[in-house]
Amino acid sequence: MLVDLFFELRHYGLKVGPQEWLTLMRGLSLGLHDSSFTSFYNIARSILCKTEHDYDLFDRVFAHHFKGVEIQAARLNEEILSWLRQAKNLLDLSPEELAAMEKLDLDELMRLFEERLREQTERHDGGSRWIGTGGRSPFGWGGAHPTGIRVGGESRGRSAMQVAMMRRFRGYRTDMILDIRQIKVALARLRELTREGSVDELDLDATVERTCKNAGELELVWRPPRKNNVRLLLCMDVGGSMDPHSRLVSRLFSAAYSSRHFKAFEALYFHNCIYDEVYRDASFRKPVSIDDLLQKHDRQTKLLVVGDAMMHPVELYQTHGAIYYMQLNASPGIDCLRRLAEHFRRAAWVNPEPESYWRHPTVAGIRALFPMFPLTLDGLNSAVSSLVRGSGQRSTANRPVGSGAAGWASWG
Amino acid sequence: MKLFRRKTQGAQAETFRRFEGTDTYITSQALQDAVNVSLALERPLLLRGEPGTGKTLLSHAIAEGLGMDLITWFVKSTTQAAEGLYVYDTVARLHDSRFGDKDVDDINQYIKLGPLGRAFKAPSQVVLLIDEIDKADIEFPNDLLNELDNMTFTIAETGEEVTALHRPMVVITSNNEKELPDAFLRRCVFHYIEFPDPELMREIVAVHHPGLEKRVVDQCLETFYRLRDVSGLRKRPSTSELVDWIAALIHSGVDVSRLGKEIPFLGALLKQEQDINKVAGGGR
Repeated sequence: MLVDLFFELRHYGLKVGPQEWLTLMRGLSLGLHDSSFTSFYNIARSILCKTEHDYDLFDRVFAHHFKGVEIQAARLNEEILSWLRQAKNLLDLSPEELAAMEKLDLDELMRLFEERLREQTERHDGGSRWIGTGGRSPFGWGGAHPTGIRVGGESRGRSAMQVAMMRRFRGYRTDMILDIRQIKVALARLRELTREGSVDELDLDATVERTCKNAGELELVWRPPRKNNVRLLLCMDVGGSMDPHSRLVSRLFSAAYSSRHFKAFEALYFHNCIYDEVYRDASFRKPVSIDDLLQKHDRQTKLLVVGDAMMHPVELYQTHGAIYYMQLNASPGIDCLRRLAEHFRRAAWVNPEPESYWRHPTVAGIRALFPMFPLTLDGLNSAVSSLVRGSGQRSTANRPVGSGAAGWASWG
Repeated sequence: MKLFRRKTQGAQAETFRRFEGTDTYITSQALQDAVNVSLALERPLLLRGEPGTGKTLLSHAIAEGLGMDLITWFVKSTTQAAEGLYVYDTVARLHDSRFGDKDVDDINQYIKLGPLGRAFKAPSQVVLLIDEIDKADIEFPNDLLNELDNMTFTIAETGEEVTALHRPMVVITSNNEKELPDAFLRRCVFHYIEFPDPELMREIVAVHHPGLEKRVVDQCLETFYRLRDVSGLRKRPSTSELVDWIAALIHSGVDVSRLGKEIPFLGALLKQEQDINKVAGGGR
């Protein structure tokens, strides 16, 4: 009976291994639970759960297992959400097909939506009428109708400048393997140890040598302890097309922020592309001009940019092309990026989109300036190596995009 | 503390000691069970919980309740795992080689055991508290895995192998989630100390302020929990602050019936200026 509990916990996503299970069995065989059900519950929980966030899940499974309490309802909800989440792949549509689809105004759209919501009784993928996923109906999610109503899921409208640029469905996974700890370990390799500061560490070898030269008269030699001299500047693209990646990016941020080993660390934000200013806050209220930025951070500072580099070409290559009409950038985004790339001796761009999407013209344009790496564990490690060793890795920027398949594999 | 004797499946008797809280440390059943699991299975006990829920105090209570000595290792951001085992005092030895009259050939006198080393060498079982393990470098827990598992390490300078005479009861506290490696977590018994409910809090208050009228305690607890419910506080008051606050109330002889209207000694409960302004300004 207890083995069932084990598998049930695993089924509902609690990562229990045989080691924990055997530990529990040993505890029970020692009579720790005192023949009390409550103590059994306490003991099982203390051994099987490793964080308080698992407590609730554990409680539900436990209650279900022993009292037959229904947790089917919760599961059912999950199922409904998951078919919206794991939608069928989007159809590739020709421009003619797109044009053929009539564009509806909003009132009409809402009316049809409500009408069809009433008529529809089951899941629907593909097709052109029902609310569902991956289809050409104006309703649903992950669809390809030029106008339309989105039901759940995250925004797929990639380019703010145009609507009809369609791409295949992205593999956005919630069970991302990159957790904060892994990112931290990757970032921990970002170091340049130098001896600076107060002299308070005994240099044993030098002491022995000096003492010998001194004919045995003890002479202590002190030196400053080794410290990491890395200054890191983190620039993050937030909002819009980056929303689906916000969890991953925020993990990267918190890992970098809480890493104590940088000599200096600054995080700045931008939207879509860097123009004349970047921002200290994610709501873009505290601007820092690029001139000030370059003045403050010398060439030794390492620049790590996080962004999907995916935008309308106008936004990258033209003056006044910024996505915010009022921004009126005097120089095109690409010039600004070039200034950054030329100023900092070590810079890297981390892209949360899988490599197979890097064919996009603006991604390619930015890759010519910055070595680009996918935001996976491997990618991050390469980015860190590139920041430490420098341009040796830059050649990867010109690697044929065909190798993107390898990038995919590392997501699984 | 009692000694229990139980039959195991192999019909072989095993004895282990049970922790049931102390006169001054009130625990929940779940926490007692977690401590006992850790004791019986000889696994480190990992504690998390809101500040002020008594994570650190628990190890004192275990030591007191089971009549063991307590060895504490306060982890700081610069702490290295090796320091917990031993430190080799090179400078003292060099110094002695020049000025001292000690025999510098005896390296042992320059080996200073760290908290873990002392716990291993203790003549009887001790409680070893590794406090705020998440403060140290990210690799710190991993570096300790082997020593905590096998309870043995070697002093490189002398070749001496230090093996635990009695497996210490290891208590680890951590404030930060997601920081500890999986391999480390798998070996631990985990317990999250919840904030005490009013009933348990009543017992805790009774331990610190015995003989307080029920009416007074009721009034204090009501104010306290109401304060904790104020949203957007930077630091919510915790058990230790409640105990101090009640002490202040008793000593000043404040009329508790007034508590509903105002909160005297608010500074004893709230430590952040913004919080005090928030409660004092928006409360009424």
